[in-house]
Amino acid sequence: MMASSYNAKEEDGHHSGASSGTGVSKNKKPDNTAFKQQRLPAWQPILTAGSVLPAFFVIGLIFIPIGIGLYVTSNNIKEFEIDYTGVSSDSPCYNCAKNFTWNTTEPCVCTVNFTLHQPFESNVFMYYGLSNFYQNHRRYVKSRDDRQLNGDLSALTDPSKECEPYRKSGDVSIAPCGAIANSLFNDTLVLYYVDSNNSISEIPLVKKGIAWWTDKHVKFRNPAGNGNLTLAFKDTAKPVNWAKPVYELDPLDPENNGFINEDFIVWMRTAALPTFRKLYRIIQKKSGATPTLPNGNYMLNITYNYPVLSFDGRKRLILSTISWMGGKNPFLGIAYITVGSICFCLGVVLLIIHHKYDNRNTSADIPS
Amino acid sequence: MDFSLLRNIISRYCVGEEIWVDSRTVYIGHKEPPPGAEAYIPQRYPDNRIVSSKYTFWNFIPKNLFEQFRRIANFYFLVIFLVQLIIDTPTSPVTSGLPLFFVITVTAIKQGYEDWLRHKADCSINECPVDVVQQGKVVRTQSHKLRVGDIVVVKEDETFPCDLILLSSSRPDGTCFVTTTSLDGESSHKVPQLQEVDSLHATIECEQPQPDLYKFVGRINIYKDKEEPVARPLGAENLLLRGATLKNTQHIHAVAVYTGMETKMALNYQSKSQKRSAVEKSMNAFLIVYLCILISKAVINTVLKYAWQWSPDRDEPWYNHRTEHERQRHVIRAFTDFLAFMVLFNYIIPVSMYVTVEMQKFLGSYFISWDEEMFDEELGEGAQVNTSDLNEELGQVEYVFTDKTGTLTENNMEFIECCVDGNVYIPHAICNGQILSAASTRLCLSHHGHLNAACAFCLSLQEYEDLFFRALCLCHTVQVKEEETVDGIKRGIHQGRPTSFYISSSPDEVALVEGMKRLLFQQGLSQETGICCSFHNGLGVWFELLHVLNFDSVRRRMSVIVKSSSGDYLLFCKGADSSIFPRVVSGKVEQVKEGLRTLCVAYRRLSESEYQEACHHLMEAKLALQDREQRLAQAYDIIERDFVLLGATAVEDRLQEKAADTIESLHKAGMKVWVLTGDKMETAAATCYASKLFRRTTQILELTKKRTEEQSLHDVLFELNRTVLRQHCLDFGLIIDGATLSAVLKPNQEGAGHGNYREIFLEICRNCSAVLCCRMAPLQKAQVKELIKASKEHPITLAIGDGANDVSMILEAHVGIGIMGKEGRQAARNSDYAIPKFKHLKKMLLVHGHYYYIRIAELVQYFFYKNVCFIFPQFLYQFFCGFSQQPLYDTAYLTLYNISFTSLPILLYSLVEQHVSMDTLKREPSLYRDIAKNSLLRWPVFLYWTCLGVFDAVVFFFGAYFLFDNTTFTSNGQMFGNWTFGTLIFTVLVFTVTLKLALDTHHWTWINHFVIWGSLLFYVIFSLLWGGIIWPFLNYQRMYYVFMQMLSSGPAWLSIILLITVSLLPDVIKKVLCRAMCPTATERAQVQCLSFCCHFHYIFHCV
Repeated sequence: MMASSYNAKEEDGHHSGASSGTGVSKNKKPDNTAFKQQRLPAWQPILTAGSVLPAFFVIGLIFIPIGIGLYVTSNNIKEFEIDYTGVSSDSPCYNCAKNFTWNTTEPCVCTVNFTLHQPFESNVFMYYGLSNFYQNHRRYVKSRDDRQLNGDLSALTDPSKECEPYRKSGDVSIAPCGAIANSLFNDTLVLYYVDSNNSISEIPLVKKGIAWWTDKHVKFRNPAGNGNLTLAFKDTAKPVNWAKPVYELDPLDPENNGFINEDFIVWMRTAALPTFRKLYRIIQKKSGATPTLPNGNYMLNITYNYPVLSFDGRKRLILSTISWMGGKNPFLGIAYITVGSICFCLGVVLLIIHHKYDNRNTSADIPS
Repeated sequence: MDFSLLRNIISRYCVGEEIWVDSRTVYIGHKEPPPGAEAYIPQRYPDNRIVSSKYTFWNFIPKNLFEQFRRIANFYFLVIFLVQLIIDTPTSPVTSGLPLFFVITVTAIKQGYEDWLRHKADCSINECPVDVVQQGKVVRTQSHKLRVGDIVVVKEDETFPCDLILLSSSRPDGTCFVTTTSLDGESSHKVPQLQEVDSLHATIECEQPQPDLYKFVGRINIYKDKEEPVARPLGAENLLLRGATLKNTQHIHAVAVYTGMETKMALNYQSKSQKRSAVEKSMNAFLIVYLCILISKAVINTVLKYAWQWSPDRDEPWYNHRTEHERQRHVIRAFTDFLAFMVLFNYIIPVSMYVTVEMQKFLGSYFISWDEEMFDEELGEGAQVNTSDLNEELGQVEYVFTDKTGTLTENNMEFIECCVDGNVYIPHAICNGQILSAASTRLCLSHHGHLNAACAFCLSLQEYEDLFFRALCLCHTVQVKEEETVDGIKRGIHQGRPTSFYISSSPDEVALVEGMKRLLFQQGLSQETGICCSFHNGLGVWFELLHVLNFDSVRRRMSVIVKSSSGDYLLFCKGADSSIFPRVVSGKVEQVKEGLRTLCVAYRRLSESEYQEACHHLMEAKLALQDREQRLAQAYDIIERDFVLLGATAVEDRLQEKAADTIESLHKAGMKVWVLTGDKMETAAATCYASKLFRRTTQILELTKKRTEEQSLHDVLFELNRTVLRQHCLDFGLIIDGATLSAVLKPNQEGAGHGNYREIFLEICRNCSAVLCCRMAPLQKAQVKELIKASKEHPITLAIGDGANDVSMILEAHVGIGIMGKEGRQAARNSDYAIPKFKHLKKMLLVHGHYYYIRIAELVQYFFYKNVCFIFPQFLYQFFCGFSQQPLYDTAYLTLYNISFTSLPILLYSLVEQHVSMDTLKREPSLYRDIAKNSLLRWPVFLYWTCLGVFDAVVFFFGAYFLFDNTTFTSNGQMFGNWTFGTLIFTVLVFTVTLKLALDTHHWTWINHFVIWGSLLFYVIFSLLWGGIIWPFLNYQRMYYVFMQMLSSGPAWLSIILLITVSLLPDVIKKVLCRAMCPTATERAQVQCLSFCCHFHYIFHCV
């Protein structure tokens, strides 16, 4: 890859000359070691056109196929996205969005119909997407108490100051405290398949495996309470914007309730950018040849609890299949192809330069 | 500086209310003077404790911290740290506190260690035993308990514990011998005795302590019973300096006059002025630029923040409310935000750069002292580094100012010929300043003009010749050193003649005396007050030595007044021709051979009355307490006149080994070499030709007194300037003498019409590759230096010299190099670097200087680059997080980036990098031109590095941005959060900046491999560990499993590889293209060396 020479200058063993010196000079005489004399054997690579050339070609030849592979994989991924915010008056959720108030007892439900033109073959991942939602705002990111979420009893009743102003409700401390937990996404999305004879069947949504395994099993823990979550959280208040306390997030499944509720854990991992999506449910592939989601009409039933219009946000539903490289993202493939081609072109340019200038250089050098 | 002031104030208070006087009175043995003589004022002086350490155990921490925070960068980080403590900032105080603590600790440890060494040395000195006479008994005490006025007993081979005045000696002649090797390298001189010690009742008045080793004025008042006190002068010759050693004398009694920190040695070792290198200056300039960038970034972000959150929905959406507390402080909120942004971006100022630079300099300087090629077997010493601050400046030298004698030449004088009354004599035997046994010196002078009298010369001395040789025998300050003492039995000087050798501070004198000895003019030297001048036939002529008018560099001559056995008073004088000729009334001398050092010898017969008058003048001047120097000079001026010229001597000073080769290399390296010498023009010019300073093709321009006498200075200057400008390609050499130089430098009062000579002179000099300044006074050397330094290009100057007269120029120059020569150690001590021989300058500049420069240049640029890469993504991130000061990286990464992930590879690079092999650098001095004028730290280069940093940062950030943009890249559909985003960028960042350094490394030893790959491995291991555990002491677990989850995703790997490739690509292309299109000499040499090595390797294999 690089032109190099191994320049080993073995200077050791030349010490005999020093012994002839007097006693004083011998003490002061510097040691003749390769390190002290700066003559350690060294590999001396030089970046010349000639030596870099092959590297460019190799990079080009490796990157372009990778890029093509990535691009094709990305293109094969099926993705469907629908905005259900309800901004325009003709959208089904317009009323829910417009009439939203925090303290309603009756949830607003709206239904969005959509059509899939292509069947989704493998497992389908159902995401909700939010736009213009600054989960990465500093005040927001730090507004949590990891100790409390890890089941620390002292932090449960006395949460960290970082949680302000969502730390205490009156005199009772909030569990889970902080702005992140308080703004937990609480729309309920239910998907129905409308088959050709207009019969509606609910599509089973799996809610296990949407959060990181380590988060669910190590980082998040319910406070010890002899298996009774209600007892464990008895001295705490629910977050102000929540409809129900934390121990009722999933009353049916004790493994998914309280702090270890996966929807909650997913939400607690703050997104990097203001437009983000979070995994909501997984639609498992049925056995046999039938596609997970056949093409046809679908109905999305939304329990509209989450206001986004106040900050000009948007809510989306995304259905996507997944490959080994994740969701649909042509960027990596295109980038690889581009960089690979650039390297290849540079290789050619360098080849020309190498031939043109190298001859000149060597011819100039030889007489000297 | 301030501490010495403080000490002064304190000592002033200790002395009491009395007015600060210019002299001190020492009561010998603390005996009060007889009543009535003088009021007895017991004065208080510091004890004899030497304190070279800066700190004590108690004040180390506060004082060291104070000193460190005086440094602007440290202070800046302290302020940032305090801001972090006070206001609510995005990053925890740890992120800047820990690096600062690290930097401060490393520096403190280094300084503490150095101080501990000093303490240890002080302790051993302060506790060494000393014998003191108290109430007539000798008491043994510790050195630091000595006080001014104590009478001290010093035995042979002991060093003096403080500055003493000799009272009595065990030698019969009442003198003692001392060597001051440790002070100024001179071997020995004799100190005359004053008085018997037993019944001594006296006071000494002397000046307050001052650092000049060779200056001391004082007076001793001896009280005898009921008599008027007798006053005697005391001069520098009476003073026994602390640090000197007693020789050839069993014991002496002496009285302490200066103790402790007031001794001349202690005063001399006080700190020198700080020199700053050009690299440091550009480093500071870059820092200021980055500070401006930092402030503007913070301002931009603050403004954008307020613009962005103008609508309350953005400022405070329902999901993200402020606390009541945060809402209240409306007024100062903007300022707090500004500070918070400053804190967020403060890492752009590289915190560890200063400490790395310091470590690099400190450790790197060892390579100079370790260098075997700069070790001189003869001296038994290698190069010596007195300051490591200027290593890189060695690679930037544009002007070399060198002394001639002892620097270019050996300072090993050889008496070549003499000229008496117009006739030239040449002794054939060659003597190298070494002892020749008397038998082998069958001496013959061939007497030009009297060929037939060649052998009979010795018998037929004419009167002039007689006087001439007598003058040479008498007029000197040479002493005889006995070879060895055998079992305490000392051979007398006169018997020990065959084994004795001569020692003097001036090698010329030794050469002359040696020459005289070969001519069998044997001398019994300076015994008591007389000189025995014996001739070949055993007939001795006795002269009584009455006065010695010592040599000084202003007068440039010395004289002795002697009384011959016949009762005549004679004044012999010898000195430089320019200082003798104006005072000569008769006599002639023929021009001696060119290129030799000549001294003229003259004499004057004094009548009894003239002698008395001279005596009177001398005594008066010697007794003076104030302006003694000046008065002595006046007295000398009066006495030394109306000479009769006897003849001249010629002494050859051979060129140092490889001096010519060195000068040639320096020329090729683009340096302008100036030789500054006190010698006369012809001598100096001959040496310059011999040392290839002037080559045959060099066109010599003369700017000498001779020429300016014919034409006006103005005309000569303009003519030379025209010549220089007309012919550009020619190689010019300029010769200027001291007198003309001072005329040129004199501020022009004749009006504007003549223009400024200074400028024209500089213009001429700029076009001359070599300049010879002859007939220079020591002070003028510094003036020339000053002139060049102040010229508008501000070139980097280097001064090299070996003698005390070069000290001013060594201190003045950007880099001062001392040669450990024969004229003492003063130059070496005051220099920044000391080398044994002139030839070592070549390796010092061309190899070490070159290496240090490229190393430190890369270090500085790389530090700024890596911090731009580090912080710029964080800046870009603000645009995507609502300008909320959200840090992109985790606290641990912010903290450790500069101090552990990226610090070692660059430190090691800056210690061992060799872009071209050592031999190539030595073989091709012209490579030095490639780094001239601070070329690697110029603004375009700096801009390139910064742009590269910004480009890389943009690649990192947007690469990760597009990867994260609203999609997932795991195979299980799970999403990553903001910390994964930051970790991905950080991983790419660490790998990129480390690999960038790897690309720049031309010299891969196993240490480089170890450190570069090791530090990458360390980053990975640290990240795994940092994310692998729930850390109980942290109140957040944001990094838990983030790094592992990231690595479990294929696209993350692919994008890391892609982003690293993309960010390194431009630099590689730039390097390759620059090398192919317009290679620098260095790059050519690299390739040549490569092919050479390959070739060599190939041959080697074939054999």
